[in-house]
Amino acid sequence: MTGNRISGPLHDVAGEAGHDDHPPRVGFFTDTSVCIGCKACEVACKEWNAVPEDGLDMLGMSYDNTGSLGANSWRHVAFIEQPRSTGRQDPGFLGLPTGPTGTSIMAEAVGPRLRDSERGGSELGTGPLDAPKAESEHPVQELGMPAFARPGDATGAEGRTDFRWLMASDVCKHCTHAGCLDVCPTGALFRTEFGTVVVQQDICNGCGYCVSGCPYGVIDRRPHDGRAQKCTLCYDRLHGGLEPACAKACPTDSIQFGELDELRERADRRLAQLHELGVGEARLYGRDPDDGVGGDGAFFLLLDEPEVYGLPPDPVVPTRDAPSMWRRAGAAAAAFALAGVGAFVSAAIGARR
Amino acid sequence: MTEREGTSHSDTERVGEAAAQAENRDIDQRVAPPAEPPEQSSEEGSIGREAQLFQGSGLGRRRRRGGRGRGEPTVVPDAEFRSYYGRPVLKAPVWEWKIAAYLFAGGLAAGSSVVAAGADLTGRPALRRAGWLGSFAALLASLYFLVSDLGRPERFHHMLRVLKPTSPMSVGTWILSVFGPGVGAAAVRELVPRRWRRTWPARLLDRLARPLGLSAAVTAPGVASYTAVLLSHTAVPGWNEVRDELPFVFAGSAAASGGGFGMLCAPVEEAAPARVFAAVGAAGELLAAKRMEQRMGLIGEVYRHGKVHRLRRASEVLTLAGLAGTVLVAGRSRSGAAASGLALLAGSALQRFGVFEAGMESTKDPRYVVVPQRERLAAREARAAVAPPDPG
Ligand code: SF4
Ligand code: SF4
Repeated sequence: MTGNRISGPLHDVAGEAGHDDHPPRVGFFTDTSVCIGCKACEVACKEWNAVPEDGLDMLGMSYDNTGSLGANSWRHVAFIEQPRSTGRQDPGFLGLPTGPTGTSIMAEAVGPRLRDSERGGSELGTGPLDAPKAESEHPVQELGMPAFARPGDATGAEGRTDFRWLMASDVCKHCTHAGCLDVCPTGALFRTEFGTVVVQQDICNGCGYCVSGCPYGVIDRRPHDGRAQKCTLCYDRLHGGLEPACAKACPTDSIQFGELDELRERADRRLAQLHELGVGEARLYGRDPDDGVGGDGAFFLLLDEPEVYGLPPDPVVPTRDAPSMWRRAGAAAAAFALAGVGAFVSAAIGARR
Repeated sequence: MTEREGTSHSDTERVGEAAAQAENRDIDQRVAPPAEPPEQSSEEGSIGREAQLFQGSGLGRRRRRGGRGRGEPTVVPDAEFRSYYGRPVLKAPVWEWKIAAYLFAGGLAAGSSVVAAGADLTGRPALRRAGWLGSFAALLASLYFLVSDLGRPERFHHMLRVLKPTSPMSVGTWILSVFGPGVGAAAVRELVPRRWRRTWPARLLDRLARPLGLSAAVTAPGVASYTAVLLSHTAVPGWNEVRDELPFVFAGSAAASGGGFGMLCAPVEEAAPARVFAAVGAAGELLAAKRMEQRMGLIGEVYRHGKVHRLRRASEVLTLAGLAGTVLVAGRSRSGAAASGLALLAGSALQRFGVFEAGMESTKDPRYVVVPQRERLAAREARAAVAPPDPG
C-alpha cells in the first residue's frame, strides 16, 4: 500500500520505509487498569539499556518521582489520586476514616517549581525541583513529614470521599507517522524492520530537532552526552527473539508486547469487557489508525482523559501540514525575490527620469 | 508586566497561606463534595480546591490569564483544562538563543546577497562590496550559531549524509550549501588586495564571482523563508500555529535587514535600491505580523504577554521607525540612512528573538497543548454528529 506517506492510516510502515522482507509490526498495549505502580518496568528498562540514573529525588507528585519521559527515563509510571471509584468497584473504605487526597497540596507545591525550573520542567526527573527562584514571590510550602493522624480522622463520615489511584506506565509511542523521525536531518532516527522508531547513536549529532518534532514530548537530548535518547523498544532484544525488558518485567501484564494487529484486537476485547463491568470511563488511546499520527505502535487503555496522565488529547504529526507550509514559504520566497528585482528596476527607472 | 506579577503574587500568597493552614484545610476539604461542578474550580475558597485539582492543573495563575489580554473572551472555560500536576506535555526545545540569532543572521545573509547581486548588475560598486561582505559575515556567523548549538558539534557534517524532504533542517542545510559558496566567492573577491588583482587566480575569481554571486542571490529567497518552516514544522504550539503567516514575517524581516544593511554601509547615491528593498520588506513584515497576531487563537496569550510581547513590540516600533526613516530621510541624509538601517536591523533581530521565545514559552504550559486539541476534538465530534461519515 502506498499513499499516506506523511499522515493518515498506513498499514505497512516498515515496507513503506524500504524494508522488503520484514517481520510483522510489533508494539505495546499498556492496559493501565491493571497497573499496580510497582515501577518494575522503569527499573528493567534502566538495567537492560544502561540508561543513566537521573536524580533520586522526591518530586512531590504522589508516588511519581520520575516526573516525565525523557532522555534518561524511557518508561515513566504516572500516579494520579482521585476522589472517586472505578466503575462499580468498592474501594473498601466504607466506614474507614478516609479523607480527600493530598494531591491538591502536591500540585500547589509542584506547580510554581515546575515553571521556574530549567526548560519549564522538561528535565523533570533529571534533577531535584529547586525552590522557585524568587522566594519572596513564590513562597512554596514544604510538604513536611507525614502526620500521625489517620487521614480523615478529624471529619465525620459525610466528609469522606471515594478514592481511586490511577497508575499508567508511559513510553515512546513508536508512531506510525513519527514527528521525531520525519524531522531528523541526519537520518539518525530510522524505522526498523519491526516498524519501531530508533535513534542510531553513532549518527545523531544532537541537533535537537526531534525534541520539538515529537507531539508527545517523549524524546530529549541527554545532558553532557549531547545526543537524543528514547525508548528503542529493545531493538537488540527483538533481534534475539526476546520481548522488551519492561514487558518481561511487568508482573500484572499491564504492559503487553506483541504483534500490533493482535494487540489491537486484544485491546478491543478488554475494552468491551471493562465496559460490560460498568467501567464506562475506560477508553483506548493511540489505538486508532485514523488519528493525527496514524495510530501508535505503543497504545494504552486509560481510565480518564489522556491529559490527566500528561498525554496530549489529539496529537498530530507536524508533517501533516508540511505541504501547505512549504507552499506558504514558496509564496513568501517569491514575494521576497520580486521585491529584490523590483527594487533595482524601480531604482533604474527613477534614475532615468 | 506588572499586571501579571500582581496576579501571581496574590496567587502565591494563597499558597503560602495554605501552607500555614495545611491542617485546617484538610478539614475544609472534606466538606467538598467529590463531584464539585467545574465552575467552582477557579474560586479562591478551599471548597473548590479538590474539584479544581481534578478539573484543572492547580496552576491558578496561568489559568486565570485566559480571561485577560485586552478583555477578549476566554476561548474555552478554564475549568475544562486538566493536566498532570501542571507538568508540560511537550518538551521545551533544547535550542538556545543561538538559534534565534541564526534566524536573524541567515535572513541578513539572504537579504544582503540580493542587494549585492543587484548592485553588481547595475554598477553600484560600494553597495555591491558592502552587500557581499555583509552577507558573508552574516553567513559565517549563522554557521557558527548552527554548529555550536549542536549537542555534538564535531558531527555537524552528518547533516550532509542525507537529503530528507520531510526535514526542514535537512532541506535548509542543502539550501545553505548551495547559497554559501556563491556568497563566499563574491565576498573573497571583494577582499583581494590591489597588488594581487593581476594574478591569474584573482582574475579567475573575477570571472567567476558574478555568476556564483548570482547563483547565491537566486537561492536567497529560499534561505530567507525556509527558517519559518523550520520553526513551524514542530509540535511547538507557538510556532506551529502561526505557520501560515510566519514565512511572510521572516521573508519581510530578511529583506528589511538586508536593505537596512545596505543603507547603513553604502553612500546615499548608490543605496536607492536598498531603500526600496528595505521599505517593501519592512512593510511586508509589519503587515504579516499584524495578520499573524489577529489570526492567533489561544496561543495569542503567549504572544501578548511578558518577554515575548516586549521583544516584539520593540521590534514593531523599530521597524516602523526604520520604515519611516527610509521613506522620508534616508534618500537625502547619510546619517539618516544609517540610523534607519540600524533601526531596521534591530527590528528584524528582535522579531526573530520574539518569535523564538514565544515557542519556548508555549511548551512550558500544558494549557497551550491541551486546550486547542480539546477544541479540535470537540469540533470534530460536533461535525460527526451532524454528518455521520459515509461508510465508503
Ligand atoms: S514522535 Fe515521539 S512518541 Fe512518536 S516515535 Fe517519535 S519520540 Fe516516540
Ligand atoms: S538530535 Fe539526533 S536524532 Fe534528533 S533530529 Fe537531531 S540528529 Fe536526529
